[in-house]
Amino acid sequence: MASEHTAKAFDSDLQELTRLVAEMGGLAERMIVDSVDALVRRDVALGQKVVAADAEIDNLQRVIEERAVLTIARRQPMAVDLREIVGAMRVATDLERIGDLAKNIGKRVSALESDFHPLKLIRGLEHMTDLVQSQVKSVLDAYAAHDLPAAMTVWKGDEEVDAICTSLFRELLTYMMEDPRNISFCIHLMFCAKNIERIGDHATNIAETVFYMIEGQQILDKRPKGDMTTFATTVPGN
Amino acid sequence: MSDLSVSVSSAGGPAHSAPLPEAPAKVTARNLNFYYGEHQALKGINLALGTNRVTAFIGPSGCGKSTLLRIFNRMYDLYPGQRATGQLMLDQTNVLDPKLDLNLLRARVGMVFQKPTPFPMTIYENIAFGIRLYERISKSEMDGRVEKALRGGALWNEVKDKLNASGLSLSGGQQQRLCIARTVAVRPEVILFDEPCSALDPISTAKVEELIHELSENYTIAIVTHNMQQAARVSDKTAFMYLGELVEFDDTNKIFTSPGDRRTQDYITGRFG
Repeated sequence: MASEHTAKAFDSDLQELTRLVAEMGGLAERMIVDSVDALVRRDVALGQKVVAADAEIDNLQRVIEERAVLTIARRQPMAVDLREIVGAMRVATDLERIGDLAKNIGKRVSALESDFHPLKLIRGLEHMTDLVQSQVKSVLDAYAAHDLPAAMTVWKGDEEVDAICTSLFRELLTYMMEDPRNISFCIHLMFCAKNIERIGDHATNIAETVFYMIEGQQILDKRPKGDMTTFATTVPGN
Repeated sequence: MSDLSVSVSSAGGPAHSAPLPEAPAKVTARNLNFYYGEHQALKGINLALGTNRVTAFIGPSGCGKSTLLRIFNRMYDLYPGQRATGQLMLDQTNVLDPKLDLNLLRARVGMVFQKPTPFPMTIYENIAFGIRLYERISKSEMDGRVEKALRGGALWNEVKDKLNASGLSLSGGQQQRLCIARTVAVRPEVILFDEPCSALDPISTAKVEELIHELSENYTIAIVTHNMQQAARVSDKTAFMYLGELVEFDDTNKIFTSPGDRRTQDYITGRFG
């Protein structure tokens, strides 16, 4: 961070904004872990807890937006300060979306009544969740510390998540073709996998925001992608 | 950070808003130095004011921005012991040439000051006075010129029915626009504004800023301001000066979103001193 403002109150405004984003980030991380835990252990109560936590995240986003708008109105921030505030708003939006996706997984826990519980699939999902959660954690740390190289590592590291997601999709397809009674369960699991994969995308969005906050420029490059699900799901010639 | 192998948007502005094309230089300073007696107030200034562009000069008090503005029309010649070295060109004219006709220079490079300074005469005469210094024209022609100038100063509609009232009877904001009209009346090429809004209320300020924007279609404009937001609002290019040096000179969009120099950043974000 740059040195202090002449107007000290401006510094505390910015610090409060960063603190709120950190609080929201912590909440989002916990929701990701809890939602998949609930799914793996068929813990409906935990699933409900995740659903309830989403309201808290939504509320934090509103608070961050209000604070940001107020700070812009009162301080007319420039340059690095302006980017800091815009960054906080953007990160809050991504975290709010992450909360929604975790909540969606939480909701599905109660729908998974089937006894069919292929361990390999669940392990795949857990592994993917571990990866995504560590991506989210790393990028939030990078945001708080203004650590550009760490943010860029996250930005470039989403490929593996995409690849796991693709292989999960293929496996799920096989199970569904084997026995139509698996379809309901597999579809739910497929949505959960997709949700986790989307959370990974939001982590890379946050990495782009960190880049913007530090460098003052937007990344134009396309991220490396490992997602081949369109290949797996679209009908050729359609 | 140059080790990051990603391509990025154009400096400062969003990728889709291309910066204004570079305008041909109207005023060019090369290694310009200025001295108040022994004290060197400007150190090796190099910059160019683009034709029909607005260039803002910002920086803490005493950084030399007003000094620089006062060289552009040789205002400093009024004071003994002040001298400039280096080169300053207005198109092909060497502004620092001792043989230069200063009245002609100041007709080409007009100036508006911090405090409105109308002459103690009628509104009409405030405008006509300057024109008569340079031209001999008929009464009807003069009427036309006065109206055009007052329109140019965005003041005509407010004063057309009281052209014979004293210029001092106007409000501060109107007086400042009268001064701008007076400057425009002699058809300059460059207009220098030295803190033109610091004594004005927000509405008058907005009117003057709008006027500066309109004037930039026909004039090359330089403005010194302590109000960063004003510099951001009115200018195409911004120069940040500190301790007599030109620290950074770039597109205004870039300076206020992503300045290149740490000192510029500290100044515009209020971290100085």
